[in-house]
Amino acid sequence: MPVWNRGTRGIRGLSRAVALEGSQKKGRSLLQFLADRFYDVQALREYLLQKQVLKVHQKNRPFTYIKERFGPHAAGAYFILKQGGAVKFQGKEWIRSDAHGHFSLDFLKFQAVPVEAVDASGCAINYQGLDSLLALKELQSLWLQRCPHVDDWCLGRLHPLANSLQELSLAGCPRISERGLASLHHLRNLRRLDISDLPAVSNPGLTRILVEEMLPSCQVLGADWAQGLPSGPEEQSQDRASPIPA
Amino acid sequence: MLRRALQLGLGRGLLGRGLLGRGLGTHRGGSTLGKVEGSGGYRGSWVAPVSSYVTFRTRDPAHDGKTVGRLGEGDQNGKVSEIKKKIQSVLPGGAWNPPYDTSYLPPEHSDVVIVGGGVIGLSVAYWLKRLEKPRGAIRVLVVERDHTYSQASTALSVGGIRQQFSVPENIQLSLFSVEFLRNINEYLAVVDDPPLDIQFNPSGYLLLASEKGAAVMESNVKVQRQEGAKVCLMSPEQLRNKFPWINTEGVALASYGMEYEGWFDPWCLLQGLRRKVQSMGVLFCHGEVTRFVSSSSHTETTSGEEVTLKRIHEVHVKIDRSLEYQPVECALVINAAGAWSGQIAELAGVGKGPPGTLQGTKLPVERRKRYVYLWHCPQGPGLETPFIVDASGAYFRREGLGNNYLGGCSPTEEEEPDPGNLEVDHDFFQDKVWPPLAQRVPAFETLKVRSAWAGYYDYNTFDQNGVVGPHPLVVNMYFATGFSGHGLQQAPAVGRAVAEMVLDGHFQTINLSPFHFSRFYLGEKVQEHNII
Repeated sequence: MPVWNRGTRGIRGLSRAVALEGSQKKGRSLLQFLADRFYDVQALREYLLQKQVLKVHQKNRPFTYIKERFGPHAAGAYFILKQGGAVKFQGKEWIRSDAHGHFSLDFLKFQAVPVEAVDASGCAINYQGLDSLLALKELQSLWLQRCPHVDDWCLGRLHPLANSLQELSLAGCPRISERGLASLHHLRNLRRLDISDLPAVSNPGLTRILVEEMLPSCQVLGADWAQGLPSGPEEQSQDRASPIPA
Repeated sequence: MLRRALQLGLGRGLLGRGLLGRGLGTHRGGSTLGKVEGSGGYRGSWVAPVSSYVTFRTRDPAHDGKTVGRLGEGDQNGKVSEIKKKIQSVLPGGAWNPPYDTSYLPPEHSDVVIVGGGVIGLSVAYWLKRLEKPRGAIRVLVVERDHTYSQASTALSVGGIRQQFSVPENIQLSLFSVEFLRNINEYLAVVDDPPLDIQFNPSGYLLLASEKGAAVMESNVKVQRQEGAKVCLMSPEQLRNKFPWINTEGVALASYGMEYEGWFDPWCLLQGLRRKVQSMGVLFCHGEVTRFVSSSSHTETTSGEEVTLKRIHEVHVKIDRSLEYQPVECALVINAAGAWSGQIAELAGVGKGPPGTLQGTKLPVERRKRYVYLWHCPQGPGLETPFIVDASGAYFRREGLGNNYLGGCSPTEEEEPDPGNLEVDHDFFQDKVWPPLAQRVPAFETLKVRSAWAGYYDYNTFDQNGVVGPHPLVVNMYFATGFSGHGLQQAPAVGRAVAEMVLDGHFQTINLSPFHFSRFYLGEKVQEHNII
């Protein structure tokens, strides 16, 4: 049976094959159309990329009105809650925004109660957005797990929080490398630092040792020192093909 | 009947010739039955003998003027038509189809020619293309002599960026460049290409000053803070608390950059710029500028003196490894040749005149060789080490996770090495670099030098600051050179300034008029004190 017959059943099948070929021709002409207008398509794609970038910038805009009216702590809390994170004021419970992004505005009534802990896990916070966080002068605990836009530049900006920050979690941030971790030495009151699952760190085990040396009074979690070493003897015994089952 | 048979026989013969004519054969053409041209039009058809004195030519799309394997008139006509086509394409009005490859030559006309394809030249090209209105209005050509960048200052640089300068313009340039580097994936994004990772270390610079330099350092820090740099002053005791491995003997004051300072990978910046600039339509040429063809005009200044203004019309670009050159007609030339800018300026006629006059003022940029050494010290300072610059001029920084350090020292005027080659002098490390560093960081008493290299500074012998802006006499040559070791960290901002100057006629964002060429004639030094 000739190959072209496969998938075609009789006359109708043949016409379907012809129709497919026709639509392929149309598909080809769509590609041809796009290829003829290469620079226009490129401009369109650049525009779409810019729009994505602007979306992140919009999320990180400063809330100056709230800052002037209610103080820096309220502004910082509003910023975090708007991004989808959670805030804990001193002496109060955790305030979190629900699945739809709504949250109660009761915290605006707190007069100068400082923010104690911020959970910004998974939020689209970036270098600009850190402005709102750096105004929280009595922040003790900051969780930046899995934040896609937090990078080495952001870590270099955390030094104003050196007096109060005791706990910092950077687990799972894709853009943080050992170069950013080097700038954490300003945080001399840091007691807990979580640096697990940092894909951009080239050698997690060695980095952890160096960070522990850099921050002697801090407990460093994650990035086991054995992670960077090749598994020696176990691998060898597996490689050895022995005819006798072990 | 015989006639009939003859006709048939001849017909078949014609048939045979007609059919076979395309492939084989030597049609002698001498038959009395006339010429069957190299056309398939009579394939198999029987031509009456009498009528075939008329030569018929029909177009066979498969042949198109070429007669394969046919000699005689058919072939000659095909050759003639080929030659006719070639002549038509060379004469004006026809499609340009040169018989040989010319893709390695630069274009014959270009609006802007940038001499030098290092980070400054590419930055100027990028900003020209970015700020031009409308899009695609300016044709920019970048002429680079060495596409491997084997001697370029950019590739051999240590890669530091700081704001701790004494001249406010330098601080502003550096601040903008840091912002550019931070958002490099927004500035230099190319669709479908991976994002750039310039491997920035935000560890800051630590400048140490002895008793003598403490007052100057304080005033410098005040200027830096005014411009927006985040620098803090530290006493020796604070220094000991922060960095216990420093020996603070002889240190009176230290200035530490908390933010916006550090070091990065200059090669990545160069490649990122190159990629983006190519996607924006800038043309590249692998060649060397050997000559400028210019015209002069005489005018009078307001005080009645006669002045000769020059205008460059053509740039002769000699192709690499060849004697061929291409004259490129241009409107502007930008001298971003780095360590070789002095030679390019001389080619343009800068400095040809009696000394002491504006015509006789040469561009005071010359090549100076600087050494960089990489050593390993297992007990050395840890991850938090900033880029430390000692009061004696020696500097070092960490490199990577493995306790390797990069460092060097600027030699004094008397000890300047010969810039003819890039050979490394290892005795210089033993005599001039190691002792002050070992005194400052006692852990460096035991170290092992792993490797070393040398690179050029485009050293401005006048005041060690850049030259930016047009030349007063050669009116269409713009300078962007002479940065004496801090060119890389100012490149994005300088590129934007030159593009503004070219497109708008004046600086818009950062005012670099103190860096104009005329200061060499007027003797106004913009001295930069913090040169490393």
